[in-house]
Amino acid sequence: MDTAPTLTVTCPLPIADYPAVQMAHGGGGTLMHQLIERLIVPAFSNPALETRHDGALLELQGLRLAFTTDSYVVHPLFFPGGDIGSLAVHGTVNDLAMCGARPLYLSVGLIIEEGLPMETLRRVVQSMRQAADAAGVQLVTGDTKVVDRGTGDGIFINTAGIGVIEHGLTIAPASVRPGDALLLSGDLGRHGIAIMAVREGLEFESAIESDSAALAGVVGSLLAAGIEIRCMRDLTRGGLASALVEIAEAAQVSIDIDERAIPVCDDVRGACEILGLDPLYVANEGRFVCFVPAEQADRALEVMRAHPLGAGASLIGHVGGDTPGLVTMTSGIGASRIIDMLSGEQLPRIC
Amino acid sequence: MRYIDEYRDARAALRYAKVIERITTRPWTLMEICGGQTHAIVKFGIDTLLPPQITLVHGPGCPVCVTPVELIDKAVAIAADPKAIFCSFGDMLRVPGTSRDLLSVKAAGGDVRIVYSPLDALKIARSNPDKEVVFFAVGFETTAPANAMAVYQARREGIRNFSILVSHVLVPPAMEAILSSPQNQVQGFLAAGHVCTVMGYTEYEPIARRYGVPIVVTGFEPLDILQGVAMCVRQLEQGRAEVENQYARSVRRGGNRLAQELIAEVFEVVPRKWRGLGWIADSGLGLREPYREFDAERRFDLAEYTAEEPAECISGLVLQGVKKPHECPAFGTRCLPEHPLGAPMVSSEGACAAYFRYRRVRAEKPQPAARDA
Repeated sequence: MDTAPTLTVTCPLPIADYPAVQMAHGGGGTLMHQLIERLIVPAFSNPALETRHDGALLELQGLRLAFTTDSYVVHPLFFPGGDIGSLAVHGTVNDLAMCGARPLYLSVGLIIEEGLPMETLRRVVQSMRQAADAAGVQLVTGDTKVVDRGTGDGIFINTAGIGVIEHGLTIAPASVRPGDALLLSGDLGRHGIAIMAVREGLEFESAIESDSAALAGVVGSLLAAGIEIRCMRDLTRGGLASALVEIAEAAQVSIDIDERAIPVCDDVRGACEILGLDPLYVANEGRFVCFVPAEQADRALEVMRAHPLGAGASLIGHVGGDTPGLVTMTSGIGASRIIDMLSGEQLPRIC
Repeated sequence: MRYIDEYRDARAALRYAKVIERITTRPWTLMEICGGQTHAIVKFGIDTLLPPQITLVHGPGCPVCVTPVELIDKAVAIAADPKAIFCSFGDMLRVPGTSRDLLSVKAAGGDVRIVYSPLDALKIARSNPDKEVVFFAVGFETTAPANAMAVYQARREGIRNFSILVSHVLVPPAMEAILSSPQNQVQGFLAAGHVCTVMGYTEYEPIARRYGVPIVVTGFEPLDILQGVAMCVRQLEQGRAEVENQYARSVRRGGNRLAQELIAEVFEVVPRKWRGLGWIADSGLGLREPYREFDAERRFDLAEYTAEEPAECISGLVLQGVKKPHECPAFGTRCLPEHPLGAPMVSSEGACAAYFRYRRVRAEKPQPAARDA
């Protein structure tokens, strides 16, 4: 019954349509991608940037390195399951891990708002230290700036990281092949809902905790087990849906996932039902997807499940080759639908 | 998850689909009223389980979609006022007005806040006595009781810096407008379960009789909708035109009396303009005299606004079920969720956005030859 495509996918929207930056330009959806593709990438164009990976892959005198940076502007600074300090370490460590690198060194830039209680700063820094120790990385250089009261939100943190690639695999969207299996490391939506619950004063039977965690360990076990990872992506802003659309477009493959195989805990599902949000688009800080050759899927799942950060891993879908860039999902009642990237952040529905 | 998973069971869904297939002997066109139902239909792919003789058209029951441009412009004007804090449900922020939307006002420095309840806006008013706090009161009968409650409490507590910008609309007059249109193709309705939870369904009984259409009060989960379709088709096949209640776990014939009394205390029935449909008599709610001091249009002394819809947007035809979203020449090209020409492309409940997100490159199933025109 379904036949050939009848409509073009999208038309280029001039960035000039937006005279000012909107929140959606940082929301992990199509507006953010347009901003990057049309304003930022052209300005700095070079081969490492062109790969559009979580980090740049660089070769220095025979040594393969991954290099990445990220900034953290979370409100509230402390939330169930984490805080801005641990998040700033985990996020950058994870970007390196998603490149298949072993994270080694981080830099840290602190932009502090005048009036931030010293005790708060101390807690944030302590938390960074603990997270770095647990992830096996060192904070080796940094910078501190203080801005006038009212021009920051307590504290903003930037971290950059360097890791070393100790295997011969090319872990990137371009390596994804039709037939590959798609694995998800655990249940979705905990970080986004934990933050939203605190921000909006929502209460649930038990507090939903952020999944914020450093993923280098579980990735390391996959590599050590000899799994030929094709591509990985951590599921931060924009969630699983945006990550898969990005990879499908970059790799020019189709991806089909099964809604029934995607774990979402009851508290998160309940919160999403109430707020009119789709867990596929909610942010995570300790979950990733991993594309592997189909014949290695069982072994890879076994390795992931043996690690505490992959205990809830599951096979959620497969890669196809017929409609490049298209992500589809078999819904809970067995019908198929398209998964698209959102334009910006999800906005709660009226009723 | 309890109370959700039972209504999304794949095997039960297939059983219902089989029942519908078995009882359907002719082409029928049904309209689901509510945007929440449209969203569920496309999100779960419910229509793809139906036999080809059944066509679902998507009704005007998305509050975001039917709020007229003039009112968005008024919201934008209030939100840009430095003495105002403008509070709204999230998905109103991206609805385009004549020149900009509320998100742009926010980016330009306006104090625009997403709230989950009008009572949250009232709380903001209490803690910001030096600001004028305005809540964008949109929606059908479903959101009316909470909005009425906010105004009722504000009056009782003497909170003078709170007001609402009202764009409340009512379902039955819109159904009658669709049924009396010469272009009407709708033969049966799935009525909106949450609207009926508040209002009951006695007001639908004369409509079913007068226009000879079956109306089935229907819920929002996949099995609710499939059962609603089955009940509606069965009536059509048997030549009946009655009001039936599929959503009995939530809806009583008389509805929620307390909620109705609160609505009647604060609001009165007024004519309303619907985006895409135009003026419909007695189709909305406005504040009653004792509460009019809480009307943001008065408080901000907003002159009469007039606005033109983008000529290319066919949302009026989409909202009446005459056209499908993808039959619009701008769909997916000049009209996109991040750059909508019309409101149905904005809200996730809007038919165009739902089609864009879930249906973009899928062709429609062939229409029955009998209705090709």
